[in-house]
Amino acid sequence: MLSITCSGFGGQGVLTAGLLLANVSMEAGKKLTWVPSYGSEMRGGTASCHLRIDDNEILNPFYSRMDALIAMNEGAVESFADRIAEGGALIVNTSMVADRAFRKDVRVVRVAATELSQQLKNPRGANIIMLGAAVEATGLFPAEQFADGIDGYFQRKGKNNPLNRECFMQGVQAARKAREASWI
Amino acid sequence: MAEKRTPALLVEDNRYCPGCGHGIINRILAEVLEEMGLADEAVVSLAVGCGGLMMYSFGTDWIQAPHGRAAAVATGIKRVRPETCVIAYQGDGDALAIGFSETMYAAIRNENITTIIVNNGIYGMTGGQMAPTTLPGQKTATSPAGRDAETTGLPLDVIAFMKERKVGYLARGALHSAKEINKVKKYIRAAVENQQSGGGYALVEILSPCPTNWHMTPEAAMKHIEAEVEPRYPLGEFVKNGVKVNA
Amino acid sequence: MAMKLMKGNHALAEAAVRAGCRFFGGYPITPQTEILEYLSARLPEVGGVFLQAESELGGINMVYGAAAAGCRAMTSSSGPGFSLLQEGISYIASAELPAVFVDVQRYGSGLGDIFQAQSDYFTATRCGGHGDYKLLVYAPASVQESVDLTMLAFDKADEYRNPALLLSDASIAQMMEPVELPEMRDVNFDRPWAMRGKHGGPNKRVSSTMYYIEDFDAYIKAKYDAMIAREQRWESVRVEDADVVLVAYGVSARICKEAVALARERGMRLGLLRPISLWPFPVKGFESVNPDVRGYLAVELSALPRLRDDVLLATGQRVPTESFLGGMHIPEPSAIIEKAAELIAE
Repeated sequence: MLSITCSGFGGQGVLTAGLLLANVSMEAGKKLTWVPSYGSEMRGGTASCHLRIDDNEILNPFYSRMDALIAMNEGAVESFADRIAEGGALIVNTSMVADRAFRKDVRVVRVAATELSQQLKNPRGANIIMLGAAVEATGLFPAEQFADGIDGYFQRKGKNNPLNRECFMQGVQAARKAREASWI
Repeated sequence: MAEKRTPALLVEDNRYCPGCGHGIINRILAEVLEEMGLADEAVVSLAVGCGGLMMYSFGTDWIQAPHGRAAAVATGIKRVRPETCVIAYQGDGDALAIGFSETMYAAIRNENITTIIVNNGIYGMTGGQMAPTTLPGQKTATSPAGRDAETTGLPLDVIAFMKERKVGYLARGALHSAKEINKVKKYIRAAVENQQSGGGYALVEILSPCPTNWHMTPEAAMKHIEAEVEPRYPLGEFVKNGVKVNA
Repeated sequence: MAMKLMKGNHALAEAAVRAGCRFFGGYPITPQTEILEYLSARLPEVGGVFLQAESELGGINMVYGAAAAGCRAMTSSSGPGFSLLQEGISYIASAELPAVFVDVQRYGSGLGDIFQAQSDYFTATRCGGHGDYKLLVYAPASVQESVDLTMLAFDKADEYRNPALLLSDASIAQMMEPVELPEMRDVNFDRPWAMRGKHGGPNKRVSSTMYYIEDFDAYIKAKYDAMIAREQRWESVRVEDADVVLVAYGVSARICKEAVALARERGMRLGLLRPISLWPFPVKGFESVNPDVRGYLAVELSALPRLRDDVLLATGQRVPTESFLGGMHIPEPSAIIEKAAELIAE
């Protein structure tokens, strides 16, 4: 079972990134839960969603230790980085988070997702870049399979943008480079 | 002159006190529904209070609404059964105190129902307490020194609130003479016709005697309406066919 | 059938439509507002009526009228609004009309706050309004159950001519899971008792049925006894050999399921009894529990014990029976296991 949290400012697409992950997982026949940040946690402009994905029934939708964190902003790192399980993955958006030495016992993927999305002329695709890094870092799905899932999701909504796939694959590349550099 | 028969909708003798206005109004409503061929289509949403005693003698389908909520209950019926003729039958305490919100919002939505409010200036069923319609200075079981408008406000004129809204029909009648009773029948008929033509919210408020709790004879109660109540509550039609009448 | 990813609130609302619900009157309050929002668009699509009422009082009384007219009708609310519904619920129950209500529980008395809780248990299961009545109360523990139990609630409300309540909570309402939706039902609203004008027959009267039924006290007792006999629903997980049985409904039961799995990995014999019907309480579910069980732990998201009282009544307090009170916080499965271990260490 994979527990993964997406967190960032409202407007950075963290709930959408979680929804994409949930939808593609569902279409692939997996069981999952998607829990949004809620109540007092939601105040102060930070939004999060928490997913569990598995081949078997998800017993408890809540968790205290996660396998991966998609951190879109500083608040996300502050709130959740300590809760990544040992050996888990921290995907950090260095466009919004000051680069520094993060935890040594987790695999870190640095990706300047906000800037990169602007360069790719898909400024709302930063969340998808981060998602690409997370999918590759966790090995949840083969990258191409998940990219097909994203295309399928947006096609069903009638608004597929080929740049989304490109954003996703850029994130995948960032994770591959981080792996080659031993996640430092 | 044709014999005046009792409407078939009045299935039993009513249970109101001698001299009470509800009996007259029940009969008028029964006559209007029968004359318009609506006895089989009508559903009455009944208030809690003396008006609720109608359940024993009125032969249409009816539902007992919680105190004050008759207009909301009527709304639920009318929205899912638009072919029925829905009447909310309420007293002044029910419609204008505990149920003011439900009453006003039915008007605000311009709900296609007909509301009858029987205004006798008092809570009758519970033994004559002060109502929102009680006159200044009027002694009741909870205003033993007379209603003090400084601390309890002025008598509530619901039509004054409603006539500024978009509604179908508003009228106020009284029962203190045969002439006025005939007008009440005309108003109730117009209010039901308004509903049947999809005209939106219709209300007839009726100034009605409560000899028991006014501690008066029936005759004195009728005179009291004419002399004391009517000056506070102007009679007539205020909105017709959705248009304000310049009275 | 294709799965659909849905929020608990949306899934519940769609299930209501598919169950044939064609009237909703309600008022916004977090965390159930999405039910209103969804139905405001969805009901008109199927020829139904959505009305945003001036208050919960307005909404429940519109439901009373619509239900009396034969329509499958519903309202939903949360905490403070659920308190306001109680007057109308008492009238609807006393008139023996079918209708379905939803309370998406939030934390706290008074204003409280909008996050998840299970504190409305007594209001839901005892008799929240005045007089003698009970609601059939169903507690979904997943988005799928929000669908399945909504369908069931409408059917059972009709079967017994008694209103039913779905007792959800903010977390089940806000979370998303894949669901399978049932086919749309076609329900005939021209039932013999429905108010729609008398049309030559006797006039129909909708009020407390105590006025019309002979030996009413015995009649109404028998009606509720029949529900107690036939309508208990529960799920049990490894209770047959359990030393401690957790009792939890809704979202708490999800956490307990993980606790049971974790405890079993560690060799501790923990079980779970999950009431699905909160009224009638599934007393029968306790029959399959290990006769040598050493304790019960009611796990509930409230500050004071609630569910525990029903466990005590069901078991006759033969063994230690306590509450694990989550209060404002989602408990850790490990904390539940710890408390369960303490219970039998005593």
